[in-house]
Amino acid sequence: MMRRLGAIGSLLAAVLVVTVLGSWAAWAADGRPDLPKPKGEQCIDTVDNMRRGHFDMLEHQRSLTLRQGIRGAKVSLKECVACHAAEGADGKPIPVNAPGQFCQSCHAYGAVSIDCFECHATTPKGADASAQR
Amino acid sequence: MIKHEYSELQPMTPSWLALVGVLGVLILAAFGAVWYMEHNGHWVTGMTNQVVWGTPHVFAVFLIVAASGALNVASIGSVFGRELYKPLGRLSGLLALALLAGGLAVLVLDLGRPDRAMVMIAHWNLRSVFSLNVVLYSGMFSLIALYLWTMMDWTMKAYYKPVAVAAFLWRLLLTTGTGSIFGFLIARDGYGSAVMAPEFIAMSFAFGLAVFNLVLLGFYAGSGRPISHALIHRLGSRLGLFVAADLYFVAMQHITSLYWGGRAAFETFILTSGGVYTLLFWVGQIVLGGLIPLWLGFCPRPMERGRVRIASALVILGGLAQMYVLIVGGQAFPLQLFPGMEVSSAFADGQFHAYTPSLPEVVLGLGGFAIALMIVVLGCSFLRFLPVSLDHHGEHITPCGCGPIHHHK
Amino acid sequence: MTCPNTNKDRRQFLAGVAATAVLAPGVVLLTAPASARAPGEPATSANRWGLLIDTTLCKSDCTACVGACVKEMGLEGHDRPRTDAQYIRKVTVSDPETGHSHTLPVMCQHCAKAACIEVCPTGASMRRADGIVLVDRHICIGCRYCMMACPYKARSFTHEEQDNQKSYLPRGKGCVEACTLCAHRIDDGREPACVEACVTEGQGAMLFGDLADPASKIAQRVAKEASSRIRADLGLEPAVRYQGI
Repeated sequence: MMRRLGAIGSLLAAVLVVTVLGSWAAWAADGRPDLPKPKGEQCIDTVDNMRRGHFDMLEHQRSLTLRQGIRGAKVSLKECVACHAAEGADGKPIPVNAPGQFCQSCHAYGAVSIDCFECHATTPKGADASAQR
Repeated sequence: MIKHEYSELQPMTPSWLALVGVLGVLILAAFGAVWYMEHNGHWVTGMTNQVVWGTPHVFAVFLIVAASGALNVASIGSVFGRELYKPLGRLSGLLALALLAGGLAVLVLDLGRPDRAMVMIAHWNLRSVFSLNVVLYSGMFSLIALYLWTMMDWTMKAYYKPVAVAAFLWRLLLTTGTGSIFGFLIARDGYGSAVMAPEFIAMSFAFGLAVFNLVLLGFYAGSGRPISHALIHRLGSRLGLFVAADLYFVAMQHITSLYWGGRAAFETFILTSGGVYTLLFWVGQIVLGGLIPLWLGFCPRPMERGRVRIASALVILGGLAQMYVLIVGGQAFPLQLFPGMEVSSAFADGQFHAYTPSLPEVVLGLGGFAIALMIVVLGCSFLRFLPVSLDHHGEHITPCGCGPIHHHK
Repeated sequence: MTCPNTNKDRRQFLAGVAATAVLAPGVVLLTAPASARAPGEPATSANRWGLLIDTTLCKSDCTACVGACVKEMGLEGHDRPRTDAQYIRKVTVSDPETGHSHTLPVMCQHCAKAACIEVCPTGASMRRADGIVLVDRHICIGCRYCMMACPYKARSFTHEEQDNQKSYLPRGKGCVEACTLCAHRIDDGREPACVEACVTEGQGAMLFGDLADPASKIAQRVAKEASSRIRADLGLEPAVRYQGI
């Protein structure tokens, strides 16, 4: 009886290991999104923390900015867009939520929808960026 | 004391399937309409920046008001001890739950961001009448569920009366809250009045009983169960009484406004020159929904099924007209930034605002009715809500403890 | 067109001041009518931003303020006047007895006791500490009760999908929106776009400033000159005052 349980246990462990390694391999192989290069040298936090925590950071900051009027904070969606929006061949910025772009490609990979850009500008200065101050 | 036997509606019969099928199609159509409106945005509806609440709100508020009124039948039996109404308590409670669910569904599905309805649970503004109403709606669901439990489980009998009283008081509060959504709007001439709360309570008595009558008569005719003439007469004449109360408060609302100098222009608009609103007010609300059911309820001949049906249907149509005049008519009249002056702007200041209901709005509103009826039909099909007989002289009902039939206590 | 240059100079000066403030926090800034708030500092109730509008200077055929707002906020719309958003509009008021007529701009009045904030079920309608009334679109569910409650018809519902938003004014389908008093400019030490346009292109009928600062021009003028509010009878205590209404 114990032996059989042990056998089942090792089988389960094997399945688990294969699954985890498999998905790791999938991430590392071709399925992994190819992200456009950011403009800046350094993000506000480590890549790991940004991958896992950018949503929490933005959600925390949004109320501080809007409801308390705190400007110039370290976390800023505007700055994310400013740094991560790539430029097209015509020199105009490409929206970060366009297919293949920084936000969209990773969110498509993770199958997570983005609510931010229903309202927020998707290029550094928003509409007709050239006409901006 | 009379013991009543309750039984389920027989499901899967051809007429049951037809009814459930029609309701199902209406509900699916409503979800299609919601998808269309939310995908495109509200500009495809008749609603604008001037008339911000339209047909969905007419249906939603009607259903929510009718919900608390539908519970009155149970209250008359339990709180006020009328034996004749006691066997109707279960259906009354179920119908109240269902109408509330249908009305709230329409309200939520018309939001600009229905996907964020859950935000209301995380973020509260306790000063808002809307938030207060969310508390009242949730409490109503719980109290009615508890009420049905005490009615349907004899081990809970000790709690029947206190729960009944609590539910009755809560429903009065709930309708006060619904009326106050409009009553607290100080800036608009059509609202901003304390009479809104009692007027909504009177409306709820009438609308709720009208829906209850149609559902009861429909189910009993469809399943071949008997109803006594006495009960039919009582339901019809009581409807007349409630309609009279509604008419009284409507008269008070408009007469007060007429005497209130600044609101004379609004009253002139609704009562004489408002086009569709004037027509709906006099023909829909006052004559069809008020005077005719009143006459049907109080004329000396005893009420028959057909007359109760007609009176109830007219009260529902008149009620929808009343909601339309109140909600849409109240917004069609322009806000007065400078009372006594003539104003104009590129943003429709000083004009009567046009509003034409769009098809998706109407389909969504009807979907609210369909959701409510679907809940009632399914509830009655799988649980024992309906008395086998409502004819006191019939063989199904016997005095307590000595009859041959009382399998379910 | 001298004003833009003046403004530019002032902006550069203010940017310098702001930079100094970053280097030396604690430096008290005494610039009127507005100075840029230091990064990380919240808006405070020491300020009460408001407008004083002299309607006798407002010309009936001038819509500079409206045009500036549309441009600043990216409100070009879809050419559907009944559902397109507006933050500011020119209202013509005529006295039916005397025939006298004048115009004035009407926008969100940034009330101290705002009806929209009272009725909002989620708290999305909110007032910043410095008195600016905003919609927190993150939690707005689009119920439009605030639009029912506002006596000034100052709010719009976003009836359709938006793109090309300005980076400083996020706006999207299904939420309610209104004049922000150009909070993004105020925080940056600049005047609202409508006021700037009224000075440069119009007659200078609009004055922006801090009603809570006794030294400010607006506070001194409302203390000395007669002014009123639209529907003052409702007791909502708007931050926008008018002369000549």
